[in-house]
Amino acid sequence: MQTPNAAHDTTSTPEDPGKLMTGAEMLLECLHREGVDIFFGYPGGVTLPFYDAVYDSHIKHILVRHEENAAFAAAGYARATGKTGVCCATSGPGATNLVTGLVDALMDSIPLVAITGQVHSKLIGSDAFQEADTFGITRPATKHNFMVRNVAELPRIVHEAFYIASSGRPGPVLVDIPKDVFQARGHYKPVDSIHLPGYKVFTEGHAGQIRRAAQLIWEAERPMVYAGGGILAGHASEELKELVELVDAPTVCTLMGLGGLSSSHRNFISMPGMHGSYASNMGMTECDLLIALGTRFDDRVTGQLGAFARHARVIHVDIDPAEVGKNRTPDIPIVGDVKRVLQKLNKVVKEFEPEMRATNANARGAWWDKIRGWMEQHPYDRRHDDSVIRPQHLMDEIDRLSGGQAIVTSDVGQHQMWAAQLIRFNEPRLWVNSGGLGSMGFGVPSAIGAQFARPDKLVIAICGDGGFQMSLPELSTIATHSLPIKIVVMNNGCLGMVRQWQTLFYNNRLSSVALECFPDVEKLAGAYGFTGRTVDKPHELAEALETAFRTPGPYLLNVTVAPMENVYPMVPAGGAVYEMVLGPPQPVAVE
Amino acid sequence: MLQTISILLENKPGALLRVTGVLSARGYNIEGLTVAKTLDPELSRMTITVDVEERLRTQVIKQMNKLVNVLQATDMTESPSVIREMVLVRIKCAQENRTAVLKEAEIFQARVIDSSLEGFAIEATGVTEKLDEFIDVMRSYGESDVSRSGAVAMSLETKKLRLQPPVPTGAGAQTL
Repeated sequence: MQTPNAAHDTTSTPEDPGKLMTGAEMLLECLHREGVDIFFGYPGGVTLPFYDAVYDSHIKHILVRHEENAAFAAAGYARATGKTGVCCATSGPGATNLVTGLVDALMDSIPLVAITGQVHSKLIGSDAFQEADTFGITRPATKHNFMVRNVAELPRIVHEAFYIASSGRPGPVLVDIPKDVFQARGHYKPVDSIHLPGYKVFTEGHAGQIRRAAQLIWEAERPMVYAGGGILAGHASEELKELVELVDAPTVCTLMGLGGLSSSHRNFISMPGMHGSYASNMGMTECDLLIALGTRFDDRVTGQLGAFARHARVIHVDIDPAEVGKNRTPDIPIVGDVKRVLQKLNKVVKEFEPEMRATNANARGAWWDKIRGWMEQHPYDRRHDDSVIRPQHLMDEIDRLSGGQAIVTSDVGQHQMWAAQLIRFNEPRLWVNSGGLGSMGFGVPSAIGAQFARPDKLVIAICGDGGFQMSLPELSTIATHSLPIKIVVMNNGCLGMVRQWQTLFYNNRLSSVALECFPDVEKLAGAYGFTGRTVDKPHELAEALETAFRTPGPYLLNVTVAPMENVYPMVPAGGAVYEMVLGPPQPVAVE
Repeated sequence: MLQTISILLENKPGALLRVTGVLSARGYNIEGLTVAKTLDPELSRMTITVDVEERLRTQVIKQMNKLVNVLQATDMTESPSVIREMVLVRIKCAQENRTAVLKEAEIFQARVIDSSLEGFAIEATGVTEKLDEFIDVMRSYGESDVSRSGAVAMSLETKKLRLQPPVPTGAGAQTL
């Protein structure tokens, strides 16, 4: 069908007009050229022409049951692979439903391209049916966004979107496409290069600063590596491991950085921050050199900023210049790609090794003794109980069965923190969670994306009974594709983290946190044609998990746990990390 | 004290909102804003007057520089620069004051652009403080309407504009 603007929708030269295609076909061609083999979405009125083209495409489209979950599934795919995830929604409500997923990806620096349909160009601004100002709404929700005004610019914009999403500090990019642009015909010619003169990607790092950093690293008596999600985004695990081993530095990985250094590595301490380990937070407090790599000094990590790493000089490596110096002014700022910077840094560290290794060797030994002491003094609570399943027991069992190998996705709240504390991640990209935004309802849809990305892997979605009920519609998606996802609901009958704060800071006045009428999981899973089971006895837990993980296809395991357990250690909001509470109230003083 | 930020940006839909969004997202009120295309019609020069404390201003400018459509954002407060603003004043004045108003306008090097029995329309340019005074003086002669442009700024130093070269399609995924 010809549309009025098709006639001048051509960029082609007389010699080579390019292939005549519709906008919808061009979009698919561009997705193919970007290496996309799967995307997650939900069709609607204005994306009809696109989905008509999808019908003939070899690119797999996964029909989710809610657009928010299309974004979460695409993010799960991206988090499990490092590749750009793609999601698609129609105009109006479809696009607005994506917004949470976009902000989630923005906060966690996840490469995502979202395609949204828009009403016909002629109707834009007329309050047409299912019209929303997607371009305006998603501007602060994305790294960048585009509205395509004609079919001629479509291919260029799609490739720009992928480039922006996946380069520099990754993030979500949205492309809004009016219905008539999908329908219009134009001459398609492959886009060979992208020119964004104002889009700066800093990769190399300042050579002088890198040398100074290496010098400081050898001079330190109490070094500490603080590794964030940038290690994963930058594919820098190998380089991190090399540095850590070269200088034998104790290392903490943030919630986003877990798996950046294997949890089983001898130098790995744990996660720092609000619910981080005692040794991690004490290490951060007492270190004299903090080597911050691909991380952003988030408030959940630093606690009270003025008291954070107060004795330490700071080396801060990040690809985003706006992060360097945002919360903590570093002594050595290095703006660059953490992989490239670490490659160079490791070289200089090695160069200095012969003359520097002996320096402070004793002090470093004493530092390790101190850290080991802290680790032994206050390990995480993993205790089991005979009468009731403690949440920590559940995570401990999952950890045992995973052996640091399974992909674990989580929702947000207490279960997320216990999972992060107690489950090992021996490779990057095994731990998939909503860190910055803390979006409930993330665990199940992100597991869908992760399982499609890694069909070889055991994927466990750990949810609370709250977040799980936010993602119920996706049970249908899981059943449709017989995805062997193991959903483990840590069921404490309430919104656990909110309840914990009400208990600790609001005189235990438990307001609107009880989740009554949790569905019968046997019937619920049964309704979708797979197995559901509830377990509430501690001695049955191991077997129940083993059975769930062994059973082919999807499995829903509802684990009734002690309802009033609190996550410890806990740094009260705004407190210094060394003031963490280790258990039912007793602050720890630092001499 | 107000600061002046000068921004060179691509003249693209939404670009203005992206820049002002960096400020509004943090709750800052924009005191003045001018924007117009440059010698290159694909680019615009924007001058924003805003009150942001120094430490945060560095952050705000970094955030602006991160925007895909922004080629360069510069804090004019820290470098030698000239800043000018324009004001249009329509003043109603009585017959006996007309000479005095013209005299005052002359003192401020303002230009009469319309004259009627009711009074004058006068344009003046200068630094913000001088225009404040000019407006005060004019208002003392009679009822005035005022329309100010907001500041435009020009750095007196040549700051190297670093533009990014083209990259091959798919470059973002190449690190994998």
